[in-house]
Amino acid sequence: MATTVKIPAPLRKLTGNQALVETEAETLIDLISDLDRKYPGIKERIYDGKAIRRFINIFVNGEDVRFKDGIKTKITKGSDVSIVPAIAGG
Amino acid sequence: MEKLSGLKCKECGRKYQAKAIYVCEFCFGPLEVDYNYKQIKSHISKEKIKTGPNSQWRYWELLPVETESVISLGEGFTPLLPARNLGKLLGLEKLYIKNDAVNPTYSFKDRVVSVAITRAVELGFDTVACASTGNLACSVSAYGAYAGIKSFVFIPVDLEKGKIIGAGIYQPNLIGVEGNYDQVNRLCSEIADTFPWAFVNINIRPYYAEGSKTLGFEVAEQLGWKAPEHVVIPLASGCLMTKIYKGLKEFDMLGLIGKVRTKFSGAQAEGCSPIVTAYKENSEIVKPVKPNTIAKSLAIGNPADGYYAWKTMKETGGFAETVNDEEIIEGIRVLAETEGIFTETAGGVTVGVLKKLAQTGRIKKDELTVAFITGNGLKTQEAVSEAVSRPKKIAPTLKAFTEEFQRM
Ligand SMILES: Cc1ncc(COP(=O)(O)O)c(C=O)c1O
Ligand SMILES: [Zn+2]
Repeated sequence: MATTVKIPAPLRKLTGNQALVETEAETLIDLISDLDRKYPGIKERIYDGKAIRRFINIFVNGEDVRFKDGIKTKITKGSDVSIVPAIAGG
Repeated sequence: MEKLSGLKCKECGRKYQAKAIYVCEFCFGPLEVDYNYKQIKSHISKEKIKTGPNSQWRYWELLPVETESVISLGEGFTPLLPARNLGKLLGLEKLYIKNDAVNPTYSFKDRVVSVAITRAVELGFDTVACASTGNLACSVSAYGAYAGIKSFVFIPVDLEKGKIIGAGIYQPNLIGVEGNYDQVNRLCSEIADTFPWAFVNINIRPYYAEGSKTLGFEVAEQLGWKAPEHVVIPLASGCLMTKIYKGLKEFDMLGLIGKVRTKFSGAQAEGCSPIVTAYKENSEIVKPVKPNTIAKSLAIGNPADGYYAWKTMKETGGFAETVNDEEIIEGIRVLAETEGIFTETAGGVTVGVLKKLAQTGRIKKDELTVAFITGNGLKTQEAVSEAVSRPKKIAPTLKAFTEEFQRM
């Protein structure tokens, strides 16, 4: 079973308007590279070369990867990954 | 030329049209409203402001709406009170309280919501929504009702009763999500991607956030057109502090006040202090946390404007401190006892931190200091139910009272 990745609206121009894409990657950094192969340009939008960009949150099965191993977070098959822009509070 | 020139990415400066969008497509930085300050400067004056409405809309020129028929319940222009008793207790000679607990729905959120809903209607939306730690829920529900549009309000299911009732009475579509605020927030960003609604703190965020500037404008005007020397502000997402700073800088830039040298100090609860932790570790990375505090209105573990609040405190030479739950309750009590103001847990955090900063000399005794009280105590009664004087029960006779009086 492949892993599904939820793409937020501001990135959908790159994925041909798809809100859900699939990957077989086994770590977050591989996932980002895999998406970039399929949808060129996506990597630099979410990753600054060292870490996930400041204003982006990535969740694996609902858990923020900053609570896990960051870009080295393992992705098991069938996981749900969401890429979500930071939003304000209230 | 219009006063609004568009939206601009806070990180890379790319420009966008003033629509319902909120992140830069290129770098994901937040978008902020950009104004034609030259044009504004030629219109604005102290005299004009002084004769404006007794609400935040006296600063219409610096708010991101085009219409003059704004959706307002009279929010803002709240009292700035010299806090002599509390000042004496803390050894501060020039302490003021900005009492924003007395807005239409009893928190500063009415400022941001009045701006957000006015803009949302202007952009053609017929439904407003929000993710909330409580106060925003009350405000969106009330202003949605007043504007005659539909509202969807998402809150963590375990909020205080005063906030659930304080929102529910306006009959919004109220959704209690089984999770903490950060989970509500995340859910809402997915809903906002799917439903064509004006989420005040998501796709309307650039406009919404500007409303908090008016707290800075007002304090400057009420002090006789000058900025305070030190401010203490509660932090959740960090948006409020960032915008009070922006407000003072705009007044400075427009020549309405002198140079801003205000120190910005931030207050968080020990059980949810990602921004204060970053400040203390001198790290510009604000690491998310899982909140555990009675200050639910401030319980944002992953603050979107945390970095900007961090930067504001560093840039201005301010400080950052936390208080624990007991100190929060003590803060609520001491403000009520000394100044007659009943604030909610967020205000308890502010007063507790104010006390710490004063006691350790980080606020100087002759510094002109303003503490921002942003919410009302009637909404978080659970927190202080053990800390109030209880009625002494007596029979309806003079004898009974005299006896009781002798014991008092
Ligand atoms: C009473 C009160 N004060 C302060 C804040 C902090 O606002 P911000 O999220 O803009 O930092 C909130 C946020 O909900 C609040 O409800
Ligand atoms: Zn940008």
